[in-house]
Amino acid sequence: MRFSLRLLLWPAMLLAACSAPADSMKLLHSERSLYREVLVYEDSGQRCMCFTRNCRIGRQSCMDMRHPDRLQLNYTRTMLGALYLNSSPRSILIVGLGGGSLPRALLQLLPDAHIDVAEIDPAVVSVAQKYFDLPRSPRMNVIEADGRVFVKRAIREQRRYDLIMLDAFDHEYIPEHLLTREYLAEVKSLLTPGAVVAANTFSSSRLYDHESTTYAAVFGQFFNLKKENRVILVAGGTEPSMAQLTATSRQWDARLKPLGVDSAALVELFSTRPDWDQSARVLTDQYSPANLLNR
Amino acid sequence: MHKLHLPFANHHVSTSHKPVRILLSYLIAGWSGFFVMGVELLGGRLLAPTFGSSIYVWGAIITIFMLALSLGYLAGGRFSMVTPSVRRLGAILVVAACTLVPVLVFGEELLEAVAIAVPDPRFGSLLAATVLFFVPTFFSGMVSPYAVRLLVDESASAGRHAGQLYFVSTFGSAAGTLLTSFYLVLLLEVNQILLAMLAISLLIGGIAVAVRGHEETGVRDAV
Repeated sequence: MRFSLRLLLWPAMLLAACSAPADSMKLLHSERSLYREVLVYEDSGQRCMCFTRNCRIGRQSCMDMRHPDRLQLNYTRTMLGALYLNSSPRSILIVGLGGGSLPRALLQLLPDAHIDVAEIDPAVVSVAQKYFDLPRSPRMNVIEADGRVFVKRAIREQRRYDLIMLDAFDHEYIPEHLLTREYLAEVKSLLTPGAVVAANTFSSSRLYDHESTTYAAVFGQFFNLKKENRVILVAGGTEPSMAQLTATSRQWDARLKPLGVDSAALVELFSTRPDWDQSARVLTDQYSPANLLNR
Repeated sequence: MHKLHLPFANHHVSTSHKPVRILLSYLIAGWSGFFVMGVELLGGRLLAPTFGSSIYVWGAIITIFMLALSLGYLAGGRFSMVTPSVRRLGAILVVAACTLVPVLVFGEELLEAVAIAVPDPRFGSLLAATVLFFVPTFFSGMVSPYAVRLLVDESASAGRHAGQLYFVSTFGSAAGTLLTSFYLVLLLEVNQILLAMLAISLLIGGIAVAVRGHEETGVRDAV
């Protein structure tokens, strides 16, 4: 899923809207789910899942119909930076399915990995299967459940993951119980030694500060990768140096290229410099006005 | 002058000073409306970490609040039949507040226990909402019909008094909903808000309980 820096993108969007004929964006499917409207649009060979009619802003997931393996949205490519921190995760949890481009990429890149996906909205799962070619694989298990409920259950069942990807927000609404210190601590307790957390998060608004201090409160230092969205990567073991990261990224270069990921550009995004207000109040189960802060 | 008395107005209300009685009845009803909706909204907050924020979690919370209120209305009406007084109305408010204390003290443990006993998110959240919120909401439901009894002294004005009371109480609910969801959660932690509301209930209820007047003890038929 994705949300964008609306202000920065406005000029680009206006340009896109003017240059493309208005009717080139075809609505393939719309369905009102328990939570939202799930829409599928197609525009010159690119198919996108949206939760709002204004699909140019709120694209959750996109697929190039001619090259379905290529990751279309920037943040999904950035999320794969997690592989630089742990090259061979065998058990993976993804919270938030969207069109399923991340699980598809990971199934392909990691032939030994098993993936659990928690998705709250059954309509999103069926649309991903029908319109986004969500692979049916014995190595992937899609569970229709609230992310937090799934995490708690996984803790009780003593499951462990080598890689956890958090991708349950869109630009308009944040499930506030998925952005608290307690939730992240629960996520942390599911990690194996050396495991990695990758989170697609907010890059704008006051929430950026609060979200950053909340991640820092639970995980300490993390890599901050900013490009439209901000992706947080937490290394489980010792944090690699930039030289090590560059070396690892070269090893991945050939494997990531078919997915449309430019390794050299991706490694450039890694930063550990805190660029947020470190006095921002940490979000907790008791204090989590994330939606009010995201304005 | 003859007044037509309603059956439920047959027992005189304690003769505490009338304006004080009226003011406190409205104040308690309005505050109780605020309290119920504040707790309901924060209830969603409290359940979310354990049961998520799916539509059925909200469904469970709203169901339990409505059920508890409806039974509270019945009980409040019944309770108003015998020696009604502002003091007792205040006591209802105090009891409603006190029954919220377990939510503050054992809330998390209770939720965890319910989630383990009933893993199904629908019936789990229904049971959790019952355990945490049924009792305080039941007592809050008693307030409105009881306050109607204190306000109505003749049948001709019964509808007007009831209407005004519903207005105050539901307006309080609207205020509680708006203030809690728009502003209070941005300033305070969930338990701090609950604690503040509890304190206000104790204060208002305490004032009503402290009101001195000629307490009517026996039954006196109206003339």
